Amino acid sequence: MLRSKPISKKLRQLQKEIQGYADDYGLDYFDQVFEMCDYETINILAAQGGFPSRYPHWKFGMQFDQLTKGYRYGLQEIYEMVINTDPCYAYLLDVNNWIDQKLVMAHVYGHNDFFKNNLWFKSTDRNMMDVMANNGSKIRRYMKKYGIDRVEKFIDAVLSLENLLDVSELFENEEVRRSRRETEQVFAYENSSEYEQVDNRSDALKSFLKSAARNEKNNSATGDEPEKLEIPSKIPVSPQKDVLRFLMNFAPIEQWESDIIGMLREEAYYYLPQRMTKIMNEGWASYWHSKIMTERALDSSEIIDFADKHAGVMVMNEKNINPYKVGIELMRDIEHRWDTGKFGKEYNECTNMQEKHAWDLKLGKGREKIFQVRQSHNDITFIDEFLTPEFCERQKLFVYKYNPRNERFEVDTRDFEGIKQKLLSQLTNFGSPLISITDANYKNRAELLLEHTHYGVDLDVSFTEQTMKNLYRIWKRPINLASKSEEKEVVFHFNGKEFSTKS
Amino acid sequence: MDHPIKRDHSRFRKIVKGKLRDNLRKFVSNGQQILPKGKNKFRIPMPSIELPRFKYGSASQGGAGHGEGKPGDPVDGNQGEPGGTGPGEAGQDEGQKELELDVSLEELASILSEELELPNIEPKGKKQIESETNKYTSIGTVGPDSLRHVKRTFKASLKRQISLGHYDPLDPKIIPSRKDFRYRSSNTSIEMENSAVVIYMMDVSGSMGDEQKEIVRTQSFWINLWLKSQYKDIEVRYIIHDATAKEVNEEVFFKTRESGGTLISSAYKLCRDIIAEDYHSDEWNIYPFHFSDGDNWSTDDTKLCLDILNTDLLPVANMFGYGQVESRYGSGQFFKDLSAAYGEKNKKIILSKIKNREAILDSIKDFLGKGN
Repeated sequence: MLRSKPISKKLRQLQKEIQGYADDYGLDYFDQVFEMCDYETINILAAQGGFPSRYPHWKFGMQFDQLTKGYRYGLQEIYEMVINTDPCYAYLLDVNNWIDQKLVMAHVYGHNDFFKNNLWFKSTDRNMMDVMANNGSKIRRYMKKYGIDRVEKFIDAVLSLENLLDVSELFENEEVRRSRRETEQVFAYENSSEYEQVDNRSDALKSFLKSAARNEKNNSATGDEPEKLEIPSKIPVSPQKDVLRFLMNFAPIEQWESDIIGMLREEAYYYLPQRMTKIMNEGWASYWHSKIMTERALDSSEIIDFADKHAGVMVMNEKNINPYKVGIELMRDIEHRWDTGKFGKEYNECTNMQEKHAWDLKLGKGREKIFQVRQSHNDITFIDEFLTPEFCERQKLFVYKYNPRNERFEVDTRDFEGIKQKLLSQLTNFGSPLISITDANYKNRAELLLEHTHYGVDLDVSFTEQTMKNLYRIWKRPINLASKSEEKEVVFHFNGKEFSTKS
Repeated sequence: MDHPIKRDHSRFRKIVKGKLRDNLRKFVSNGQQILPKGKNKFRIPMPSIELPRFKYGSASQGGAGHGEGKPGDPVDGNQGEPGGTGPGEAGQDEGQKELELDVSLEELASILSEELELPNIEPKGKKQIESETNKYTSIGTVGPDSLRHVKRTFKASLKRQISLGHYDPLDPKIIPSRKDFRYRSSNTSIEMENSAVVIYMMDVSGSMGDEQKEIVRTQSFWINLWLKSQYKDIEVRYIIHDATAKEVNEEVFFKTRESGGTLISSAYKLCRDIIAEDYHSDEWNIYPFHFSDGDNWSTDDTKLCLDILNTDLLPVANMFGYGQVESRYGSGQFFKDLSAAYGEKNKKIILSKIKNREAILDSIKDFLGKGN
């Protein structure tokens, strides 16, 4: 069905050459597999988030539609796709010329190294190719059994919550995950049969209590304390940022529904590190394609074409930070600073600009430093730690805002702190509002209470309303969301029929 | 076998057609904004469905960018536009929502017709006029010097010199002789001349506000665009009326606001006179459109309107479009009167209610969907 095929002998030769350079520079990568495909195939892959097989859903069709139109009208081009798997798969486009393929290969080795070594990627499943395909066939089975519309509607509801993730989950290891899976199976069993008691508490509350009891059991298995059922004063005890997991375990839904939440949650977490490291990842890959191309791989006749392509990637936009550009420049800046020793107390306290400019301790630690940086940072810490006033000035960064009087966006400031704050706030929680479940038995009526940690930007109300409706479809009891609107505390409320706002 | 994404795709298309045409609506209702950057630049939102999720409010939060400019300078570009087309990795980013296109009006019309499924218009019942046009599409060996084709002449000359052995690559001199000269020559082709006139009539009495006029303006833009793609020549005439009617130019048409009462018949009479004077129905495809908020002074006047329609306008026009723009003051009575007289499904007189900007699309489809 997919028409990607192995690359030609000539390209294999090229890959060998590029890989040699990557080795020389000390890049550490998974086995790299390149495949060749035509435009339609690469559009399909891109529409499906890089994977040849996904579950059936109209959103992939939509993305395919947009990519195809963009291509037909000659506006968008995808050069290549690379996926975080082991071995690492990357797809080349058959109509690209030789120099494009060279550049792409070099770029891909950068991504590959980043996937393998960046700590935020450590817990991603490198067999995602299989996982995605399995999820696809499971969901297809559910569709056969329960009807396409019903399953698709449920998926729609889940997808509208898929940005409510807990970043710290990325550091749970395989063992934690396995033990959780086991308890979830126990839970499913208990939930299924004679375990039901007759009482008039809501399903959600009951299931939560059950799981609390079960956890209690698990914890006390090693000790000899008698089993006891302790009803926590508040459920959940601590705010749950991982909304999907909470729903998967405690919402009054059927087994297949809970299974779907689990699968979509897994896929969302798989993509999370990529969303958290966009600037670094692209910066790192661009740094290496530039390095490999200009120092080693380029033929002198190809320089102009390369410069043209590279400049196209680095183009600056007044309304958006280009992650490729900021990423590569910041990587180079770090390398330069650690080569020359332009960091630390002494340098920072130096007030003589001339002296500062000529500062050179000849440390030569730049390369080593950026390898460390690519290992342990994400975009937030990357910007927080390495963005400097000099860098902002050199890169012509600014903050803009909307001026209601002129009805246009205007440059607001070029002040370093302002830029840094703006960038950080955009990156915080991978750009999504920070929302967690704080009470599953709100008002003692099994209503769900979510809290939005407000950092100065209000939520989009109409989207909030729609999302709460979707959440209601899963939780089946009224939904409350505490937030702020125009600097006042508000609670959005959806009772199953109507949406209201209380302040 | 097709890739499964084709099924996802057709499912998406179905959803878009069924319940989610809002995006296209938005596109159409922003008719006044579609020509912002020079002549042929259009912004076309792609049909897309955005799954609701908790997200930050409107773009007024601003952002960070790079480029020149002092505080207070305007910022160009679009939020969410990709920085560049470069190598990228697989991700889950939201797709692009709109495209900026360099297209001609014809292409835009064809995109519109594709989305709206508009049928092509066949000029009906009109005698089509044949006209001869000369197009310089061929080459001859005789002609006036002003039409001399230098490149062809050079080629012919070179060919001759090489075959005669007179050509010296080290001293490449080409000297054309009389026989080498080539000239552009014309071919006569017969084209069907078809011309259309669009006559817009609008109620400018006090009850038609700016918003109503904006809707009419947008709508007329799209109607013109479509008819232009269908006819070789198109003329547009504008009539405004309150209790009396007068012909005006485009600018005045959309800017005038009067206060008086409303006699729709005055406009219909003027329309009749214009047609009688300038547009013989054997030669012209005639498209009168009338927009109002549905108020008319009296039932007598409405009766008069129906008379004019029946005896003078409908027999000569390809179709007559009546668009009723909802306004706070309008009663909407005229729509009821017309639909009582002609029915809502009449092929020749097409009635459409335009509730708000978002409904413009449907209305265009009402008007043009019949292929008259």
